[in-house]
Amino acid sequence: MTLVLEQALNGVQLGVLLFLLAAGLTLVFGIMNFVNLAHGSLYMIGAYFAATFIPWSGSFIVGAVLALAAAAAVGMALEILIFRRLYHRDHMDQVLATFGLILFFNELVLMVWGPAGMSIAVPSWLAGQVTIIPGVPYSAYRLAVLLAGLAAAAFLYVLVSRTRTGMRIRAGASDRQMAEALGVDIRLLFTGIAGLGAALAALAGLLAAPLRSVHAGMGEDILVLAFVIVVIGGIGSIRGAFVAALGVGLIDTVGRAFLPRALDAIFSDSIADAVAPALSTTLIYLTMVVVLAIRPRGLFPAPGV
Amino acid sequence: MIPSSPATRWALVLLVALAAAPVLSALGDQTFYIFLLTRMMILALAAVSLNLILGYGNMPSFGHAGFLGIGAYTVAILSVRAAETQGGWLASAGLQLPLATLTAAIAAIVIGAVSLRTRGVYFIMITLAFGQMLFSLGVAMEPYGGDDGMTLPLYTTLGPADLSAGPVLYYLVWGFLVLALAGSHRLMGSPFGAVIRGAKSNESRLAALGVPVYRYRLAAFAMAGAVCGLAGALLANQGGYVSPALAAWTHSAELVVIVLLGGAGTLFGPLFGALAVIGIEEILSRYTEHWRIIFGPLLILVVLANRGGLSGLFRVRNND
Repeated sequence: MTLVLEQALNGVQLGVLLFLLAAGLTLVFGIMNFVNLAHGSLYMIGAYFAATFIPWSGSFIVGAVLALAAAAAVGMALEILIFRRLYHRDHMDQVLATFGLILFFNELVLMVWGPAGMSIAVPSWLAGQVTIIPGVPYSAYRLAVLLAGLAAAAFLYVLVSRTRTGMRIRAGASDRQMAEALGVDIRLLFTGIAGLGAALAALAGLLAAPLRSVHAGMGEDILVLAFVIVVIGGIGSIRGAFVAALGVGLIDTVGRAFLPRALDAIFSDSIADAVAPALSTTLIYLTMVVVLAIRPRGLFPAPGV
Repeated sequence: MIPSSPATRWALVLLVALAAAPVLSALGDQTFYIFLLTRMMILALAAVSLNLILGYGNMPSFGHAGFLGIGAYTVAILSVRAAETQGGWLASAGLQLPLATLTAAIAAIVIGAVSLRTRGVYFIMITLAFGQMLFSLGVAMEPYGGDDGMTLPLYTTLGPADLSAGPVLYYLVWGFLVLALAGSHRLMGSPFGAVIRGAKSNESRLAALGVPVYRYRLAAFAMAGAVCGLAGALLANQGGYVSPALAAWTHSAELVVIVLLGGAGTLFGPLFGALAVIGIEEILSRYTEHWRIIFGPLLILVVLANRGGLSGLFRVRNND
């Protein structure tokens, strides 16, 4: 029972991280109609910035804030220099250009920080374990990641659906020309959204860094998961991304932890041993296939995409 | 008939030059270039297959390298069996190459059947996920090296020779590439190709005419997967090595880059694209090991300049 609860929490924690990544992706796609393969690079850049700024400033929080600001600046610079020239172009052109960015950033990171990779230590005040329910200890850092991710999700929800800026964002998404005619500075708005998406990706990167390693190419593995989430949730839908991210996080974590045992119980050892690793790693893709077979436009298809 | 345009003439010159390359290089020791050109032609073969769906049919698959992986692992699995059981026939090209092609074709039918229900960005992302699924399968295959992949215990045998990188593999690859180009030309000139190209410009009109577009697309997807599986089997021999990285989505993206750089939907675009990508990689990597820091921005500049690929360079002059 303890194990089940722990794995479920791990699943939610992974889901929350994936949501941070998927939210930026779905925001940029839903509003700017732009496919950004380099979103994973911003995740990586965030982790590298944090691995540099945290030891430099001596504080996890200060370093993290600096890293987020720097990543947001990178995201906005990319929007101004490259993205905005491609909004009216074919998706394949966007894909090709942002793939060029991936090559660039991976190599840049190797040149600046070296091939060995980096690590970020868990801050000392989050190093221990906390007792959630009596008898169930859980890593304080993982719990903090979970809460930070949920806070970011809540912030995003309030920003998009409760503020004037959010109203402009939604207006820009549903009818760009009309919003422009009514005096919304769309160019500035889009640059801001790119910055916001970059900061969210960087937040995911730096929160994940103490749990995983910081290395060149770290964005590419996780980017595909973020894409799967965006597709399952419905492209452009933040709510869909949230539901899908938690679902994917849970299915992946719980599947890896318990599927081998479940198969052992049903089939003979040799079959279970052969099938379990393959099935547990492909479980989320199978989930996506099933979802798309039933709802080809995802769980919460956003209008107009 | 193949239309006579500057792009066609250059492509034919290139193919003839490729046929002569091993003879010329035998004068000096240029095995490295033969190795490189073999790899270039295999990637061109994979790109020709991707061009069928991405270029002519507007099916932007981002998991095409998955079929390379299937072809390569078919060779690896059979070679391991052949080495264990001393069963020489298991390593023969007559078994391995058709089986690699067939396995990839079956996988393509399954993947295509689901993916082709979607359009546009959804199609990009779902094929991406399928490719990554094949990648994970490779990682999960612990007996075949898991994450790290494995060295082939035996090369594919062809009569008395084998397909270790050398003239035999070189000319076999050249032959398959020429066949694939000819086949691609014939196919796209046929009524079948007319449906595939027509569905790119106006799918609903074709559907209204009573053409079962989905089935045609699925057939094209299966053919593309099959040819790419063959390329994968050849690639395993060329490197003497298989690993899940063959099927990684970044590898699929490289194939897309080759097709788009060469000119999507043009017959010889994939050939030019493969030559350009391998050529640029080779030249840049002489100056710096960090050649991607130049190649990435170069790619962005090509997109921003938007000339319709290398074949487009010919078109600008010729205006056809």
